Amino acid sequence: MLAGCAESLSTVHPEGPAAGAIATLWWVMLAGATAIFLFVMVLLLLAFRRGEGPSGPDADSRRERVWIQSLGLGFSITILAALTAYGLFVGERLRPRPGPDVVTVRAEGRQWQWSFGYADAPGRATEGILHIPAGRPVDVEITSSDVIHSFWVPRLAGKLDAIPGHVNVLRIEADAPGDYAGLGAEFNGRDYAKHRFTVRAHDETAWNAFLRGETP
Amino acid sequence: MNALRRHRALERIWAPRPGWRGKLTTVNNNDIGLMFLFLAVTFFVIGGILAMLIRAQLATPRSVFMEPGIYNQVFTMHGVIMMFLFAIPLFEGLTVYLLPKMLGTRDLAFPRLSAFGFWCYAFGGSLLIFSLLAGIAPDGGWFMYPPLSSTLGSPGINPDFWLLGITFVEISAISASVEIVVTVLLYRAPGMSLDKLPIFAWYMLVVAMMILTGFPPLILGSLLLELERAFGMPFFQADAGGDSILWQHLFWLFGHPEVYIIFLPAAGVVSTVLPVMARTTLLGYGWIVTAAISLGVLSFGIWVHHMYATGIPHMGLAFFSAASTLVAVPTGVQIFAWIGTLWKGRPEMHMPMLWILGFFATFVMGGLTGVMVAVVPFDWQAHDTYFVVAHLHYVLVGGFVFPMLAGLYYWLPHFTGRKRYFKLGTTAFWLVFLGFHGTFLLLHWAGLLGMRRRIDSIESGSGWELISLLASIGGFVMAIGFALVLIDVGVAVAVAVRGRRNPWRAGTLEWAMPAPSPSYNLASIPEVRSRNPLHDDPDLPVRIARGEGYLGDPASGLREILTVEIASGRPTSLVIFPTNTALPIVMAFVTGGIFVGMLIKAYWLVPLSLAGVAMLAIWWAWSLGSRKDQGLRPVGHGLVLPLASEVKRPPGWWGSLFLLLANGVFFGSLLFGYAFLWTVAPNWPPPAWLEPGLPGPLLALGGAALALGGIRLADRTLRRGTGPWLGLLAGLTGLAALGGAGVTVLTGTTPDAHAYDATLWVVAGYVVFHAALAGLMTVFLALRAAGGYLSSRRIGAARVVRLWTDYAVAAALLGLGAAWVPGVLT
Repeated sequence: MLAGCAESLSTVHPEGPAAGAIATLWWVMLAGATAIFLFVMVLLLLAFRRGEGPSGPDADSRRERVWIQSLGLGFSITILAALTAYGLFVGERLRPRPGPDVVTVRAEGRQWQWSFGYADAPGRATEGILHIPAGRPVDVEITSSDVIHSFWVPRLAGKLDAIPGHVNVLRIEADAPGDYAGLGAEFNGRDYAKHRFTVRAHDETAWNAFLRGETP
Repeated sequence: MNALRRHRALERIWAPRPGWRGKLTTVNNNDIGLMFLFLAVTFFVIGGILAMLIRAQLATPRSVFMEPGIYNQVFTMHGVIMMFLFAIPLFEGLTVYLLPKMLGTRDLAFPRLSAFGFWCYAFGGSLLIFSLLAGIAPDGGWFMYPPLSSTLGSPGINPDFWLLGITFVEISAISASVEIVVTVLLYRAPGMSLDKLPIFAWYMLVVAMMILTGFPPLILGSLLLELERAFGMPFFQADAGGDSILWQHLFWLFGHPEVYIIFLPAAGVVSTVLPVMARTTLLGYGWIVTAAISLGVLSFGIWVHHMYATGIPHMGLAFFSAASTLVAVPTGVQIFAWIGTLWKGRPEMHMPMLWILGFFATFVMGGLTGVMVAVVPFDWQAHDTYFVVAHLHYVLVGGFVFPMLAGLYYWLPHFTGRKRYFKLGTTAFWLVFLGFHGTFLLLHWAGLLGMRRRIDSIESGSGWELISLLASIGGFVMAIGFALVLIDVGVAVAVAVRGRRNPWRAGTLEWAMPAPSPSYNLASIPEVRSRNPLHDDPDLPVRIARGEGYLGDPASGLREILTVEIASGRPTSLVIFPTNTALPIVMAFVTGGIFVGMLIKAYWLVPLSLAGVAMLAIWWAWSLGSRKDQGLRPVGHGLVLPLASEVKRPPGWWGSLFLLLANGVFFGSLLFGYAFLWTVAPNWPPPAWLEPGLPGPLLALGGAALALGGIRLADRTLRRGTGPWLGLLAGLTGLAALGGAGVTVLTGTTPDAHAYDATLWVVAGYVVFHAALAGLMTVFLALRAAGGYLSSRRIGAARVVRLWTDYAVAAALLGLGAAWVPGVLT
């Protein structure tokens, strides 16, 4: 199912709230950036259509007001302040926060595999497949036993690094049951291209069965 | 004396020796600049070939063109070569060649240092190319994250080539920056006050200051990682109290300013070329200078920009995200000021203008995607994908290569004295421009579809095969375009017809000399009254050639040059420059012994080479100066000036000051690393803290007092005209005591036991090294005094030694204090 699907790693086909918020952020930024790009290009091309303007210190200080103070400072600062605020708002919402239905799992990267553990089923460990419940927030505690890796499930959330000696916590959530492709996303040597895993989201029944050890 | 005879006399004084041997011994900025440019372009061709190999590999799914081990070397070396061996040396070369001409002077501040820097670059670059040909090149990505780049992930020699080769090359960046700063501040035409500086000089002043503060963290990181790899000192190993994140901080403390270090020289070219192409003057000179300075300052606040996915708390990221977007404001100011300049004038379409338009289209897009990746949540998705690959190529190719090509076509008549003949340039532009966007535009999208950077093969069904194939086709089109540019330039250099001087009717002084420029640049130094001296006085080139400016009389047979007061541009002293010598190339070669010794683990070679460098340095410094006071010398127009060796702060003092700035940043980064490991790294505290005891602190305090007092006493006795012996002896004793204090720390630690011990070892080693260095300088000063080279007027050398002594004392007190603090507290 994963291999044949062109969108299996796509950040712009989100299947979870975090990836969804970021995809929206992307489309907003793309629209804004396109508009700004076209605006600047039109200003640039118009420079070639005009005759020479008035000269002298008065004309120059008027130009400085228009080009540097209004456009260079005013326009830039307005756009950037709005975007930064929006980005911070989205980023704050994606932070892992405690809650009653939060599930905690553990991911450990190594060259070139991933192994997973489960707080709700101590002793349960899986290789290459991370099991999670669908529709519930999952905190993934990420670490590494050799070099730096990065844990990334593009359709569910952004990436977070697995760093030796540290544990980083990433909040992911899948809207619906199914398999989602995951990647090691920090270059880690020879078999980097093959450093992949799968996230399998279960409905409530199947998740409980998994925790009881009834499914592999 | 007519212009031709003056020309011949000056050529005899300033020209390199004839033939290819002349290239090995030249210290002239024209030769060194061209050698830098030629070598940088050679590396660009090599890096470009590697890029083509990458595109060949990724053109089709599951390609077996290269196996992963080779592919990893190829993409790593592509990045390493383009960043370190092409981009930085290219603008250094352009600056070495052009800056003295624009400033209205005859050479850079320290000609032998230019040559030394070039040879370090050539030798260090050769090491890296050798590793590539031998198939043992670095293969961990250009930013070399440990543990992958340390012994755990790369037991072979590959990363050592990166760590040692790049550090060797960085000597040239540091030395060129010291030169650029001192040249802009002191070596200008009389009357050129700071507000009349050519805009390119302002940009390069900012860039050089950024290199002096940005490169030391990288050099420190390379040193620490090499010590870890060679001697097991665990700076980046979590289980022994190290932290791999420390490398990322040190690397990006360099790496983000680096982006602007590469962009700003290009922006300087745009600010110079664009107004000339629009037949007007730059709009908002003061604003642009302010923007360049604020860009330089802000770029140091955003290194974490590259580390959003490393688990730093979100509120911390918020600060860096805000700073990262803020840095777009001065960039925006420059962009709009340039467009405003075009509106103000009458833009004409010539080759330089075409490349500037290509720059606008490409760089604005790169800037906008740069703002996108500065937004934290989006970067969590885009980080380490082809979105970032596309973004960085838009910024670096659009923001550096295109403006440099505009500069190339703008200054080509100046370099060659010829008109372009075949009009291949326009075709080349379109091939490069369309090929570039064909390669990289859609790769943004591939990144969003989940294509990670650095994968060695793509799978069918991934949704990005077609994009990757188109990118490969675009890449080859672009390569053909670049080849055409080289052919176009080659033809212009070799066979085109003579052109007239200053074909663009520019106003800056580099056009006030014959083209190609004579070795002495200016036959006499003009007085400058505005930012565009050639617009004030179109006959200026003729008057310069007739010797109507300062220093127009070559009778002394010496390389004569003027320094000015920093702010006002009032002439202050006359400097006699050293002539052609093999000392720089020999010294670079011996310096290479340090790096090669580390590389092949022949550690005996390291102290041997260090001793060789010290001896050569003494020889280097010994050859300057005079045994008698010369008094005031006439420099023309009735003006008399003292020799630079008879002022209190000679250019060498200023050079030392800026070198010490870089050195201080290096030491500050080391203390930052110590604090970082202490507070953030796992597996702290260490098994035991170092106990300071009594002898160490007593030696340090007593030594500091003696060293500071001694050199001051020597200075005072020198000014009174008596022997400085007592002061020098006291200073030397003090420095020895400081070194002894450092040794107590060295002997009290086991460097491979814990990152704490390893850090203390490096801190103490640094203290001992600087005490020894200042001690060596004190001995040198004593020898100079005995040889009669010092007097109450010729006191500059003592001031230089005082500067280095003060620095050694400060480093010792700060470093040893930091080493002893935890032992005292617990």
